Amino acid sequence: MSPDASARATPYWLTGPALAVFLGLVIIPLGMTVLLAFYDWGQYKGIVAEFTLKNFREIFSDSYFLEVFLRTLRIAVLVTLFAIVIGVPEAYILNRMSPAWRGLCLLAIIGPLLVSVVARTLGWALLLGSNGLVNGALMKLGLIGQPLEFMFTETGVVIALVHVLIPFMILAVWASLQRLDPQIENAALSLGASRLTIWRRVILPQIVPGILSGSIIVFALAASAFASPAIIGGRRLKVAATLAYDEFLNTLNWPLGAAVAVLLLAALVILTVCTNRLVERRYSQVFE
Amino acid sequence: MSHLVLEGLGKSYGTAVAVEGLDLSVARGEFISLLGPSGCGKTTTLQMIAGFVPVDRGRILLDGNDLGGVAPNKRGLGIVFQSYALFPHMTVAQNIAFGLEMRGIEKAEREKRTLEAMALVGLKGFEDRYPRRMSGGQQQRVALARALVIRPSLLLLDEPLSNLDAKLREEMQGELRQIQRSIGTTTILVTHDQHEAMALSDRIVVMNKGRVEQIGAPDTVYGTPDTAFVANFLGKTNVLNATGDGSGHVTIEALSVPLAGAGSGPQRIAVRPERLGFAADGAPGFAARITSRVFQGAHWLLTAESAAGPVTLIRHNDGTPVPGEGESVKLSFGPGDAALLAEGAGS
Repeated sequence: MSPDASARATPYWLTGPALAVFLGLVIIPLGMTVLLAFYDWGQYKGIVAEFTLKNFREIFSDSYFLEVFLRTLRIAVLVTLFAIVIGVPEAYILNRMSPAWRGLCLLAIIGPLLVSVVARTLGWALLLGSNGLVNGALMKLGLIGQPLEFMFTETGVVIALVHVLIPFMILAVWASLQRLDPQIENAALSLGASRLTIWRRVILPQIVPGILSGSIIVFALAASAFASPAIIGGRRLKVAATLAYDEFLNTLNWPLGAAVAVLLLAALVILTVCTNRLVERRYSQVFE
Repeated sequence: MSHLVLEGLGKSYGTAVAVEGLDLSVARGEFISLLGPSGCGKTTTLQMIAGFVPVDRGRILLDGNDLGGVAPNKRGLGIVFQSYALFPHMTVAQNIAFGLEMRGIEKAEREKRTLEAMALVGLKGFEDRYPRRMSGGQQQRVALARALVIRPSLLLLDEPLSNLDAKLREEMQGELRQIQRSIGTTTILVTHDQHEAMALSDRIVVMNKGRVEQIGAPDTVYGTPDTAFVANFLGKTNVLNATGDGSGHVTIEALSVPLAGAGSGPQRIAVRPERLGFAADGAPGFAARITSRVFQGAHWLLTAESAAGPVTLIRHNDGTPVPGEGESVKLSFGPGDAALLAEGAGS
């Protein structure tokens, strides 16, 4: 090989290992799942490798699947909204703290990510159960007569997911807050703006990129979450991820499970790409 | 009546004193510079006037009204920040109109005044640009227009030119002075650049370690510095050890020069390099030996050793021969050339 040709090959050799890992662990399994979604399955014949739209027809015609997908979407949207409402002010406060306090609070915020998903979710189950701490305290205070139903409800799932996913929102928004000119609030203040106006007209538009990237991460993770809905939602409150799991491991209908997974993936990709486009166009000036 | 009065203004952070006992009275339309090295309290002073930092001691009076209880967004001051602090998500016109919008001024009037302000700073035609797409000098103009469009009673400039390159800075200095003259807004400039302070201001407040060293017109502060700190901070100077004779003269060897306020015994005096010259033949002077000679085009820069201390001289390149290294010379200066130094904080 001439030196010129070997120099041209260098980039391929350097990216080769990462490319091989990506290809082997993401692209090929993904391609196989997509392929599987179009295979036939029968109680007695098992998986048959022939092209059919049967699985998708089943999903779109059965209201049970529609209900599960709508629930998944509802939970993901609610989790994202709560993460924005709680996370954005939290990031703002974090950004104004003294470095020592900030370090401590950052640790508390990232805390949920450091605990294993099962331990954390079981902790929530203990807190939110009908004999749990939250219900016990509320009843002691006389605020409620009957225990509130958190377990096996969407409310419980949303609370647990907001808790674990909010660090992604806070970190993303914090990163964009750090890029703000530290004098910008004083500048707006000197021009006669009130604190609220400064927030709405000056700070918020500039941290839209952070909110958007945080939202995409939170939404995608909430829509595809498995452990929290499985433990807190229980067997009856199914979401897309637990549905696909059940089809794979309980019903053993792999093609149907694959079709559910493929639809979830497609919906996520379309939703995130569309919102991204929309927000980027609306706030094009801060996305540079 | 004075327009702006600072009375015994003071600010501490914990045990560290940032500003202490600052008294200043500013007339309407005056251009004042707060000059000093970083950490001298000049920015803290500006922030106290703006209301971003609470006042610990003393008072700030604007047109006789105490600003103490007035929130920064109610003071109506125009401020230009070192980083410009423009709103990156708004166009130039939106940036400039923001203050007018906050004052509830109706749209037609707002647009008219925005265009006027843009014309004033020479930014016509840039209405729909975004700040990121502009050069530093242009952003600077937007910041100035944004501060001026609200017709502030006071214009505060926080190192506004320090992010520009030298040539642009000089241009903007001239323009800033001309704009300030034409609209007559009382202006306070914070800077660490003595050339900027001297070029722009009616009066300079030289600060050091939270205290005022001297307040005066640029030529006064330069020509007759009160303290060694002021003498050194405003350009190069020679601090000489002289002796007072008790009758209003100071002497160095054979040279005796009248100097008001000089006592008897050792005195420290400042003489600018351009005021120090060679003694004419037979005239009294003090002995020195040239240690270096550097040609700088329009002038020669000479250094010499003398009994009064090391000295620097600037000789204009007017064709007369200049002594070389190692030559012995006699130095002298005139009655108006020396300033008596008090023992300032920075000496």
